[in-house]
Amino acid sequence: MSKAKKIPLTGDQAVAYAMKQIEPDVVAAYPITPQTAIVMSFANYVANGQVQTEVIHVESEHSAMSACVGAAAAGARTMTATSANGLALMWEIVYIAASTRLPIVMPVVNRALSGPINIHCDHSDTMGCRDSGWIQIYCENAQEVYENTILAVRIAEHKDILLPVMVCQDGFITSHGVEGVEVLDEQKVKAFIGEYKIDHSLLDIDNPVTYGPLDLQDYYFEHKRQESEAMKNALKAIPEVSKEFEKTFGRKYDFIEAYKLDDAEIAIVAMSSTAGTVKFVVDELRQKGIKAGLLRPRIFRPFPKEKIAAALKDVKAVAVLDRSESFSAEGGPLYTDIKAGLYDSGIKPLVTNYIYGLGGRDIFPADINKVYSDLQDVVKAGKVKTPLNYLGSRE
Amino acid sequence: MAEKKKTWKEIPIGGKITEAGNATKYNTGSWRTFRPEKNEKKCINCLLCWIYCPDSSIKVKDGKMDGFDYDHCKGCGICASICPVKCIDMKKEIK
Repeated sequence: MSKAKKIPLTGDQAVAYAMKQIEPDVVAAYPITPQTAIVMSFANYVANGQVQTEVIHVESEHSAMSACVGAAAAGARTMTATSANGLALMWEIVYIAASTRLPIVMPVVNRALSGPINIHCDHSDTMGCRDSGWIQIYCENAQEVYENTILAVRIAEHKDILLPVMVCQDGFITSHGVEGVEVLDEQKVKAFIGEYKIDHSLLDIDNPVTYGPLDLQDYYFEHKRQESEAMKNALKAIPEVSKEFEKTFGRKYDFIEAYKLDDAEIAIVAMSSTAGTVKFVVDELRQKGIKAGLLRPRIFRPFPKEKIAAALKDVKAVAVLDRSESFSAEGGPLYTDIKAGLYDSGIKPLVTNYIYGLGGRDIFPADINKVYSDLQDVVKAGKVKTPLNYLGSRE
Repeated sequence: MAEKKKTWKEIPIGGKITEAGNATKYNTGSWRTFRPEKNEKKCINCLLCWIYCPDSSIKVKDGKMDGFDYDHCKGCGICASICPVKCIDMKKEIK
């Protein structure tokens, strides 16, 4: 492997840089804060003639995803990007993209869904469409955003999967913070992703095909069944693609990242940029002799329950941090999925839930310290007294 | 209809139809409650029924009305309603 080139990029620019190297056939997107810089930076590459991508300027996100569906059905490698209310406006077509089995890649810059209107980070936008049939990858930093965007192309287009992929990063925190990003050799990236060949192109007049016909009681169920099987296949196929990525570029990506979990007695589960803050606190606690650890799910859909259960098998108490509220009155989406995943495994640590960071509310090391301190109390008491907590909300 | 339906493993993914013109294989005639029947003597072969039929189920031969495609006629009765000489009766389907 040649020495990597490191350049300063925001999370948004890291996506745009990956898109430049991927050079999709079609990009249809509509700008929305904090995703705007992705489309803006990519538009520069197009205007400068650095890529030959056909950019479709649309009048809304509903049209953006609709254009993507058409382009992908024609056989074009297709990308878009959005945030929050933009994703909400796409909603109808987000489901159609997945159920039509079109491997569209969509970087999503996580932002709070209105209302009240807010432009800052939380995960309510993508968590809202966790059941839409899209694969979801949550990135901790700009480096991961960049590499996962490239990886996502191969995951989406894998013949056993053929599902669209969201590559999520934290709005402003990651999307607008500048980091040193090691960028990969463009020719190697192009060789890694290869050429996309669709089985049935909508534009192949010699072999005509119908996309999106009415599907009633007699076959709709079978098509949904295929979709759930594809999601299960992704659990097997993603490691294959990740292994090839590691062989080519040297970086290893798993469904989860376990940080100092091996001998941990108390653990936090957190996704995206918050994991960085948690690691900092874990290091501090370890110096004091407290056996703290972190589990960071990278891929939320498909849900890697076996990996998560195995990682938590020796932990006494776990706090799941959710950057979105599901309003089920039973905790956040990550918390309920993890508890459901553990049920069958026979692994039963004490589990608590913390909703945090809604609407961009900062999460500080002091907040994380409080969670670990609560977990120590839970271990001491041998039971969970308050399962549902709101971290950083004024009481 | 005794047609054996395919499993999820046997059909193209994503609801695609990969064969052109296969709607003819979809036997919508099974939906019918009333079937159109023609009184040969009254028919003037104006072909208004052929124009109005929403399912292309009026058969025409040598410029003349030649009966119904009962595999696809849904029994909507538009032909009977539009017929200027009232030569089409809608009769209860007996299965």
